[in-house]
Amino acid sequence: MSLELVYQYLVSKPFIHGAWNTLLITICSLFFGVMVGLVIALMQESRSRVAHGATLVYLWLFRGTPVLFQIIFVYNVLPTFGIRFTAIVSAVMALSLNEGAYMAEIIRSGLQAVKKGQRTAGLALGLTPVKVMRHIVVPQAARIILPPIGNQMIGMLKLSALVSVVAVEELLLVANQAASADFRYLEALTAAGIYYLALTTLFMAIQMLIERKLDPKSRRKGRPAGLFERLLGTSRGASVR
Amino acid sequence: MQPRKTPPLLELIGIDKSFGQQRILKNCSLNVSTGETVVIIGPSGSGKSTLLRCVNQLEPADGGNVFFQGTDVTNDPKAAPRVRRDIGMVFQNFELFSHLSAVENIMLAPMRVLGMSKHDAHDIALQLLGKVRIPDKAEHFPDELSGGQQQRVAIARALAMKPKVMLYDEPTSALDPEMIREVLDVMTELSAEGMTSLVVTHEMGFARRAADRIVFMEAGEIIENASSTEFFGGTVNDRARHFLDQILH
Repeated sequence: MSLELVYQYLVSKPFIHGAWNTLLITICSLFFGVMVGLVIALMQESRSRVAHGATLVYLWLFRGTPVLFQIIFVYNVLPTFGIRFTAIVSAVMALSLNEGAYMAEIIRSGLQAVKKGQRTAGLALGLTPVKVMRHIVVPQAARIILPPIGNQMIGMLKLSALVSVVAVEELLLVANQAASADFRYLEALTAAGIYYLALTTLFMAIQMLIERKLDPKSRRKGRPAGLFERLLGTSRGASVR
Repeated sequence: MQPRKTPPLLELIGIDKSFGQQRILKNCSLNVSTGETVVIIGPSGSGKSTLLRCVNQLEPADGGNVFFQGTDVTNDPKAAPRVRRDIGMVFQNFELFSHLSAVENIMLAPMRVLGMSKHDAHDIALQLLGKVRIPDKAEHFPDELSGGQQQRVAIARALAMKPKVMLYDEPTSALDPEMIREVLDVMTELSAEGMTSLVVTHEMGFARRAADRIVFMEAGEIIENASSTEFFGGTVNDRARHFLDQILH
């Protein structure tokens, strides 16, 4: 294996562009996925039967078909009805709609995990229902749903490789093209792998920072497990000298 | 219309409440005057807690009226948050907000409901923690406190809104025996200082010490409403007597 070539791939324009697209697709799809999920979760909590029925159909459709199918559908089938998007917009749309279905369940479970008595206690103090949501339910639910959302973040990064089927120049497509052009699969895929690991590490670091921020006790107690201790699974031993 | 001279602080008139087919409260009427401590006793499922929750609209009554400070506040969802500011409530399971420390639990409502500054709310919270005798637990989180300590923080949290009346819903039922006393002592002290209180409890010792009046409920009805001296002096209804014999063994 030529490390020189791996390095050249890493800093080559197509690879940087591909990695950037992968990051962009992931972040956009996560953002819109959380938004969609939030709306669906709130609709499920509502008492309206129509809203409730609509969410069930949505969850059934988007959890019941492969995400690859959804990506191809948005890009190739919608234009026959006159609805046309660029490849990258189609990709983000399909991934967001798919992600929303899973996020909805995560968010709903978080909201339901905050016991009814906590809301009652807030109401009894004179807080309005909106303030109860804002100051009591959401902060508690956020701590509960963060780990599964972290999973979704990392899953989405890897799921984004699927959008190569609609010719979006993301990391894996670029690596594959470079490899088959130069017959250097090992080097090209190693370079792509390094980018994926770097992005995953970045996401884990972000998750850790948010978790630390949301843990009220972190203000008072010693620092939580660091990133590398966490990655290597050595956090338990760290405090023992 | 002739205005009443001094309306009771709290007046429940003919409250009805059903859950599905089951009638939980049947035509319950009760007055609580300023400074009074009224203890509600009765068998499980007799509607004591539901009656308490009708007072601050946590349960909407199906019929009847709730007057607070002479104003009809029955089933008005818009007015409910305003009314609840002045009515403190303590729950069987404490219900401290698990993401906040003891002092932050107490500060939340003064800051978010009354718009008090963080500094002022903190001062009040520390003072109240002193009053419930756990000044050193300010920075502790609910899961680091014993049941008795949590319930005392919950009392302090309710007091921070300077309520006109305190509602206690079986405040010691979830506590280990050795912690009941520390909570009842705080409640007794508050009553003695003139805090109007409406207490659902099985603690007859507390009722004897602190209550001005005892209300006995059974199957959704108020059977007996007597002064503490009358009640414990023996001039009570047969069913109340029977219940007392049971719980006093």
